[in-house]
Amino acid sequence: MTATATPPARRHEAVIEGARTAPAWLRKVGRVSLVGWAVFALVYLFAPIFVIVLFSFNKPKGNFNLVWQEFTLDNWLNPFIETELTDALVVSLRIAVISTVISTVIGTLIALALTRYRFKGAEGFNLFLVLPLTTPEIVLGSALATLFLDNNVDFGYTTVIIAHVLFQISFVALTVRARIRGFDWTLEDAAMDLGAAPWRVFRKVTFPLVLPGILAAALLSFALSIDDFIITFFNAGSLITFPLQIYGASRVKLPPQINVLASMILIGALALMGIGALWKARRERR
Amino acid sequence: MATAAAAGSRAAWYRRPDALGPALLLGTGVGIVALGAGWVSGPLAVLLAAALLAFVVYVVVVAIAGGPGARKRLAPYGLLQPGTLWLSLFYLAPLWALLVMSLSTKDGRFDFDPSFAWDFSNYRTALTDFGPQFTRSFVYAGIATLLCIALGYPLAYVIAFKGGRNKNLLLGLVVIPFFTSYLIRTIAWQILLADEGPVVGVLERFGLVSLLEALNIMENGKLLNTPAAVIGGLTYNFLPFMVLPIYVSLEKIDVRLVDAAKDLYATAGQAFRKVVLPLSLPGVFAGTLLTFIPASGDFINAEFLGNPNTTMIGNSIQNQFLEQLNYPLAAAMSFVLMIVITIAVVIYTRLLGTEDLA
Repeated sequence: MTATATPPARRHEAVIEGARTAPAWLRKVGRVSLVGWAVFALVYLFAPIFVIVLFSFNKPKGNFNLVWQEFTLDNWLNPFIETELTDALVVSLRIAVISTVISTVIGTLIALALTRYRFKGAEGFNLFLVLPLTTPEIVLGSALATLFLDNNVDFGYTTVIIAHVLFQISFVALTVRARIRGFDWTLEDAAMDLGAAPWRVFRKVTFPLVLPGILAAALLSFALSIDDFIITFFNAGSLITFPLQIYGASRVKLPPQINVLASMILIGALALMGIGALWKARRERR
Repeated sequence: MATAAAAGSRAAWYRRPDALGPALLLGTGVGIVALGAGWVSGPLAVLLAAALLAFVVYVVVVAIAGGPGARKRLAPYGLLQPGTLWLSLFYLAPLWALLVMSLSTKDGRFDFDPSFAWDFSNYRTALTDFGPQFTRSFVYAGIATLLCIALGYPLAYVIAFKGGRNKNLLLGLVVIPFFTSYLIRTIAWQILLADEGPVVGVLERFGLVSLLEALNIMENGKLLNTPAAVIGGLTYNFLPFMVLPIYVSLEKIDVRLVDAAKDLYATAGQAFRKVVLPLSLPGVFAGTLLTFIPASGDFINAEFLGNPNTTMIGNSIQNQFLEQLNYPLAAAMSFVLMIVITIAVVIYTRLLGTEDLA
């Protein structure tokens, strides 16, 4: 995706510069304003992130960390002092791990079926798979809660995990499918022709090729789970996840530890992305 | 199962893998919905569960006995089985339960177990009492979607065509903000848009406040707790869902097509309009759905950035379901929301006509 695309992109630019119709200054204005607009979009995306990190160093007066007072490192030195918040984060992490494992397995099986085989009903299943994504979360949440109420199911870990897996499955299946769509399945036949046993073919050929797609999907579905609010809100009962804790507390207090934990999650995600990029670069060099 | 039988030619359908597979998925799917939604109960439900299990076992036996050909043809259905069961039980059955609930009657305020009664009054209440919320939801979500295209398309374009070797880094920058919690980001907007906050400060310095007031974007010098703030929050929170699909479709474009257009004396503008834009429409289409649908059901932005006159339908559903415990009314509102969105999606698909959603 990266290595091959660079030269044509350059050529494209060269062609734009070579166009004869508009005067040079006008083209330059156009180009600068296009890039300027894109930069503005990026600034817009990052403004709240800047605020979140900045306010993790704030020493608020009173319960609400909403107005800048003075710089302090106290919050970062005591990130886990708000026990309710930390407990809620642990609950969220636990739910995210379990639901990601379940949804990654189910979603990958679906993706394999849809890419590797031609079969009757594939189109119908595709539609079925996209439907949960085109249903607003509030409808999914209230519908699932109604089902649980009707069947007298107690709300808690199980119901939240069920809800998360529900919306993760489609994301995982579509992500994995997009990643392995162009995969040349005849490689498997080639390995078998060379005398590899089926398990060895899977371990040495299929799995390494499919793995990056599965990992990307798992990461996405983990992020979706840990951040989900609306569906969780309807199906959690008295269980409190990280977003629910922030929501519930937001009327009473907003301690700066929220910002510290959010910054930590951000740093963790950045580290994961960095490791992923390095890993990819190393694989490509080989 | 009827379709499978109708397709029968040589062997009976229950012996042919290509008929047995779809029958298995349909049969277990419908069966599990029947169990979950309570169409059958008591001993009948046990019987149905046993029958479903027997069906699965039978198909496994056919696959084992039928040799490699049969196994290969039944394999995809086996791979789809867990997903079918999960989505049937936790997506289709709940929608059925929601439909039944929306037609149920609540006997008095404290009846928390409403009974089914073909009661359409919930829908009447939903449409008359909550009309403004519905309208607001679709208007706000619509404006937010347009703003997302206005911001997201150029950004995706610059990344795809001018990103060079930094493409992946730039794409990473678009995604990074979304590794912090949705709620925390929205609360950060409260700080940014506050009356003494930075955004209002900048607008005051440049003397733009009266202009924005004239345009009804600001109210009495305030930005927070206005419709503009809610729409801005929605735009912000769903922007990556617009940028990523547009980027994917732009990235796929063969730039030699643009060169060819130029060789045929198209100006840069014409080449964009006639070549790049049409080829990127699938991305715009997918991005619009991914933005509009969640935005119209959202209630976080309206709650944190709006005022009591900017509540959206999500706020009302949440309030009726979780606070008033009026399940039938909340169910009716959810259903109306879903139907309107489905109709909008169908019309939109007809207009833009792409089938490749993913």
